[in-house]
Amino acid sequence: MGGYIVRRLLMAVPVLFGTTFIIYLAVYALPGDPIQSLAGPNQVVSPSVAQAMRERYHLDEPLLIRYGLYLRGLLGGDLGVSFSGRPVSEIIAASWPVTFQLGLTAWLFTAVIGVPLGALAGVRRGRAADLLVLAGTTFLMGVPFFVVAYVAQIVLGVNLGWLPVSGTEAGWPLAYVLPGLVLALYGLPQVTRLTRTSVLDNLGADHVDTAIAKGLPRRTVVLRHVVRNSLVPVVSLLGVSLGYLLSGTVLIEGIFNLPGLGYQIFVAVPQHDGPVVVGVGTLLVIVFLLVNLMVDLLYGILDPRIRLD
Amino acid sequence: MASSTPASASTEPPPEPSAGAASKSVSEPSAEPSAGAVSEPVSGSSPGFRWGRRSGLRRGRGSGAWHELRRRPSFLVPAAFALLVCVMAAVPQAFAGWFGHGDPRRCDLADSALPPAPGHPFGFDIQGCDLYSNVVYGARSSVLIAILATAGMLVVAVVLGGVAGYFRGWVDALVSRVMDVFFGFPSLVGMIVILQTLSVHNEPAVAGVLVLFGWPVLARVMRGSVLATASSEYVTAARGIGASAPRILLRHVLPNSFGPVAVLASLNVGLVIASESALTFLGVGLRTPAISWGVQLNTAQQYFTSAPHLLIFPSVFLTVTVLSFVLLGDALRDAFDPRLR
Repeated sequence: MGGYIVRRLLMAVPVLFGTTFIIYLAVYALPGDPIQSLAGPNQVVSPSVAQAMRERYHLDEPLLIRYGLYLRGLLGGDLGVSFSGRPVSEIIAASWPVTFQLGLTAWLFTAVIGVPLGALAGVRRGRAADLLVLAGTTFLMGVPFFVVAYVAQIVLGVNLGWLPVSGTEAGWPLAYVLPGLVLALYGLPQVTRLTRTSVLDNLGADHVDTAIAKGLPRRTVVLRHVVRNSLVPVVSLLGVSLGYLLSGTVLIEGIFNLPGLGYQIFVAVPQHDGPVVVGVGTLLVIVFLLVNLMVDLLYGILDPRIRLD
Repeated sequence: MASSTPASASTEPPPEPSAGAASKSVSEPSAEPSAGAVSEPVSGSSPGFRWGRRSGLRRGRGSGAWHELRRRPSFLVPAAFALLVCVMAAVPQAFAGWFGHGDPRRCDLADSALPPAPGHPFGFDIQGCDLYSNVVYGARSSVLIAILATAGMLVVAVVLGGVAGYFRGWVDALVSRVMDVFFGFPSLVGMIVILQTLSVHNEPAVAGVLVLFGWPVLARVMRGSVLATASSEYVTAARGIGASAPRILLRHVLPNSFGPVAVLASLNVGLVIASESALTFLGVGLRTPAISWGVQLNTAQQYFTSAPHLLIFPSVFLTVTVLSFVLLGDALRDAFDPRLR
């Protein structure tokens, strides 16, 4: 197990370098002068100031050297300074709690809604509940979730006034219910369907027949023997979807005006604020990789038949 | 979000020990204890049985599946809708003029955001243009991007996946590592960053970005499929006769390993359309004056409370389109490649 973790972490290193390099390239190879966009479109920047700024941010060096300098700082824990003068680590520190809470809320919704629905559909295969769940998840797969976001915002937030529409003033859980719910809809169809399939697989298993034969109540059979054993692949998918939820937060934070990591990227990209985009993007990638690793480890613990080596 | 959803990650072949352990057996309920074996062919057609006239047998299997498909409403209904959308994209003039003048660019600001009226069943948009004809014309960019992006992804995936799976060695290692980079990447963030930096925002540009982040999913399936095919006896036989690598690849390996990736690509079309509209909606995809559902929805968001029809009609068209392509892909997968389920 220990060797496996070390090997996976080593495998993550080239991936990490590759992704940071892609982001770096995408941000800095673009046309447009960050100093000019910092000053504003119609302002004249004096050459000496522009030169000083260029030197301060190493913009006068070739791209590869700048990337090397950036990596050296990164390894020393220095994420650089944004073009507006604020350290990137400070921006991240201020905004990660928002993204974390949003991701967690959405993830909880996915698990709490998806698993029971899927289990219900599986147990009632072919009946009305099952068909309803299948139709509903199919529908959710087709509806673009920014449309859902707006409809939810308007109906639940504005018309009914039940939940705050935007911002984080109301604090956790209230401010995060609506965005979390919408974000959860993104992964919900997959979790529900996987639970259903998994339950169906387990319903025909020998140990379930045994449990029925020895006279256990139906409730106990379903909960203890069917659903519990069906959760192994579902937990894995839930873990993976936590990573994808992070990606979805960019959209949701934009729509609901939540000042999280995705929102920072959104604001920084048009301003050519490279240090922020690269720093936050790299952080998202690291979290993504770590979550995937944890899922794989968890998988081995849940199902001892799988050996990680 | 199109490129690597958990669902598509689950469609990979039984995992090989080296790469892609991250999404290993995501949806394999009966996880095999020997999760290192590559032995199972993914194409669902065991090469060993294909002893007769190759093409004849394949035609037989294919037409059987078509025969099945033609009777299923789960195929017919989405297929009809998808066809309708494609026809609408090809000749929007034929549909746009049903109720009024049918010209999406003939606008009168006096009509701005008016609700549905006779001759204008969907009302008017914020510029006073007929919303119905705009929505009809909007199908074009969605379908065009879907075709371009899917074709691009298929080409890249088949070439890279095929080369990696057939030659193995360092080519495989390189392609696999590059795929890992893309899998370890929040693709939506990447697409936004790249599209923001591009100065052109037309259909090919958006499709190109979708290809850039979408090919690894398909390439992984292609690689697994080629791995399985390349180890079969007729490939060994062809090599023994002295056939060249390109000939073996083109004549023997490719035709017999293309199935899974084609099916997965068809499943991907709906997701591509959804991603395009999301990117456009965010303001980084297509831009005005392009006529596209994403642009219409982007404009509509500010006026939702006063003019909800601006949001509703493009959403309905977009949803029906995405849904029909997703269901169509589902039906095709069930018929041709149940193992990918």
